[in-house]
Amino acid sequence: MSNDTLRDLSQNGLVQKLGVPRIPVLRRHSPGAPLLTGPAIVGVIGAGRFAEPVRALLKHAGVADVESTTGTAGAEGDTGSGDKVAAVVLDATSVSTLDGLAAVQRFLTPAVKRLAPGGRLLVLGPDPTSDGDADATADATADVAADVEAAAVAQAFDGLIRSVAKELRAGATANLLVVSPQVQPAAVDSSVRFFLSARSAYVDGQVVRVGVPVGPAQDAVGVDDPDEIVHPLAGRVAVVTGAARGIGAAITATLARDGAAVVAVDIPAAGEALARVANAAGGTALQLDITAPDAAQRLIDHVRERHGRVDVVVHNAGITRDKLLANMDPDRWDAVLAVNLRAQLTINAALQAGGPDGGVLSDTGRIVCVASTSGIAGNRGQTNYAASKAGVIGMVRALAPRLAGRGATINAIAPGFIETEMTAKMPLGTREAGRRINSLRQGGLPVDVAETVGWLGLAESGGVTGQVVRVCGQSMLGA
Amino acid sequence: MTEKRRAAVIGGNRIPFARANGAYAKASNRDMLTATLDGLAARFGLADQRIGEVAGGAVLKHSRDRDLTRESVLGSRLAPTTPAYDVQQACGTGLETAILVANKIALGQIESGIAAGVDTASDAPVALNDDLRRVLMELNGARSLGDRLKAVAKIRPGQVVPEVPQNAEPRTGLSMGEHAAITALEWNVSREAQDELAAASHQNLAAAYERGFFDDLITPYLGVTRDGNLRADTSAEKLAKLKPVFGKGLGDGTGATMTAGNSTPLTDGASSVLLGSDEWAAAHKLPVLAHVVDAETAAVDFVHGTDSHGPDGLLTAPVFALPRLLARNGLTLQDFDFYEIHEAFASTVLATLAAWEDPAFAKERLGLDAPLGSIDRAKLNVTGSSLATGHPFAATGGRIVATLAKLLHEKGAGSRGLISICAAGGQGVVAILEGA
Repeated sequence: MSNDTLRDLSQNGLVQKLGVPRIPVLRRHSPGAPLLTGPAIVGVIGAGRFAEPVRALLKHAGVADVESTTGTAGAEGDTGSGDKVAAVVLDATSVSTLDGLAAVQRFLTPAVKRLAPGGRLLVLGPDPTSDGDADATADATADVAADVEAAAVAQAFDGLIRSVAKELRAGATANLLVVSPQVQPAAVDSSVRFFLSARSAYVDGQVVRVGVPVGPAQDAVGVDDPDEIVHPLAGRVAVVTGAARGIGAAITATLARDGAAVVAVDIPAAGEALARVANAAGGTALQLDITAPDAAQRLIDHVRERHGRVDVVVHNAGITRDKLLANMDPDRWDAVLAVNLRAQLTINAALQAGGPDGGVLSDTGRIVCVASTSGIAGNRGQTNYAASKAGVIGMVRALAPRLAGRGATINAIAPGFIETEMTAKMPLGTREAGRRINSLRQGGLPVDVAETVGWLGLAESGGVTGQVVRVCGQSMLGA
Repeated sequence: MTEKRRAAVIGGNRIPFARANGAYAKASNRDMLTATLDGLAARFGLADQRIGEVAGGAVLKHSRDRDLTRESVLGSRLAPTTPAYDVQQACGTGLETAILVANKIALGQIESGIAAGVDTASDAPVALNDDLRRVLMELNGARSLGDRLKAVAKIRPGQVVPEVPQNAEPRTGLSMGEHAAITALEWNVSREAQDELAAASHQNLAAAYERGFFDDLITPYLGVTRDGNLRADTSAEKLAKLKPVFGKGLGDGTGATMTAGNSTPLTDGASSVLLGSDEWAAAHKLPVLAHVVDAETAAVDFVHGTDSHGPDGLLTAPVFALPRLLARNGLTLQDFDFYEIHEAFASTVLATLAAWEDPAFAKERLGLDAPLGSIDRAKLNVTGSSLATGHPFAATGGRIVATLAKLLHEKGAGSRGLISICAAGGQGVVAILEGA
């Protein structure tokens, strides 16, 4: 049984006859499980460079049956007949006209009909911010018009994917990877793998931009090495704050499961639970108040001494001190901002500053900041919390270009309604509303956030930076 | 002396100490020791690792606590292939385990080890009345119905009174506090000096907590995050108001200087210290805080005395241990940056210091031409000691070793620290650590 009684009851045939819709039980990742549970369709519109590499990736991942399709604007694609498929991938990166967009529709319409429960629709779309030709300034009027049409079409994918994500049923998701034109196919592999896998169970309706990877070129995941697939974070050192419970404990366990050595950090008062989490993960516990003046230095000294470097820093620690703004006292405001934002700013500044020996953040450093959909949509009674979480997003966007030079990325994850001790204490009505107002009609689990951290923490995810990824089942809040 | 390998103190972990019958009232020695080992494992990444050995012990033990340390290891996250054994030397247990482990490391017999101690005064071993126990043993051994009936007939109402462990010396019948009061009077330790020492202990401990000193020395347990005995706002003036509890019959009342405030309360708690060779620490990327230089244990005749002098004070053995240790290492009492003298009672610390300063005592009893002299009191128990933390007997040594090692590491390589712990049975353990 889960926390979600209604979802459990809705699995029962009798309950369904009463008219209660079946709330899907999402497939979650377990080590060694196959990437997909069935066949896949990989299509391409026009001159996309990604379809072939994606097919190769799927074959290596053990997907036996990969249908190849090329869509045209002229006729409906040939994907309309046949068995259910676990995934539909479309390379639409070269689409720049309305005709091309029409071809996308002709391809997707029959394809989504065949999507199995828990299926994945992943579209690789063009980048609306790319300039087109480098010498665009001297272009003729016709070329300008074409550029504008391309930008419009590229943005159109946003609306298309967010809408189809709301139409899909039975735990299926739809996401868009916006791929900039200079990107080599290998750079999208880790993202394709994540969005097709069960790891992204609660990530739906999201748009993620994949650019040219920062830092040194990374080998693709060793697809022939089974251990690298089971332990994609092997050899990496991760720090997780707020690790004693809830989402932080799940992040610690998940990164350790994937092979990382994890330093689990939490306030000294939470040390008992922290020790349990760290021991279960085969990691170490660091009792540290991240708001202490010397916290950043102590954290950096610790990882330098114990590991020599850090590859993944997860800013997960966060607190709430809810009060309507009219009744907000300075203590509540300051406490929330100190933990949720100032500590992240201070630690990131120290990580970015480097040091005499080049800094403790490795040259494939990945900083992942836990924000919140409250920071995007706002939430009554949470001016302090939402301000801090929105601030995290601003920090991520400002730091991404500054960290790129040293090979590091920084991204934000905005969890929606996640089933934790905290949400279990909400009043029933509020809790039920929070759970259901998303495309998957249920709350996410802490592990859903953790899996997303794992993807962003990969050395191979260097093309994803400055992004905000919501783990919210496509919540209607802040959409 | 040839250059020998020295054991490194890598770090420690303890649970906050709690007053007896308080937060840990329902926790057993094994519960507390296991939690302490788990906290140590988490701090240093020892989960599922085989450690050379774990030496631990408790002063108050149930009969079920046979091989308490091994059973705690089996319940912990350490690899079950980690051997363990129990040690018992009253309040010297915790330091003695550290010495044993350090010596094995120095000899190259093991590369890593954990020294530990635990005690509960709440879950104390109340045993069957001894008369009743004999009857039941007889009943158990009886072969015929007649023999059994004969044994049962020996059961008497008075036998329901249980055997309760006494905080008293078996050979003198005096409590430890009464023994300490005798020594305090002998050395003319004043009430004011005791209260000042106690107040400083609380203030130093509180300040150490405030600066985060214990963040990597303590793991909370059962919701307790700080030592329950700590009174951050106490002062010598407040402590002066307490009524004496020991020595009331001594010296026409002048011996009544010891109160609940300048004596340690009965306490529950556990501590552990991770030791290893420098190579082992480096291979595991673990810090070396300090090295164990040397140690000495002494014992005194507190029962009879001799023709030339009366019985020695029960808790004065460290007075005799230290000169031997200093001589062997070519050091003087003033060669230390920190002094950790266990505060069984404030008067014990002060009497010990007085004995080291006394020329006549040095000559007559220690066989020295000159006394060891006085110490800089600003270097004494700088992060508090047992009067503030409380004193779970066998856990005190581990608390002090880990605390001192961290202090020495902060001070820098080559700094020196002295530990002195008095124990029941007229024993005392002293040791030297050097900062790394």
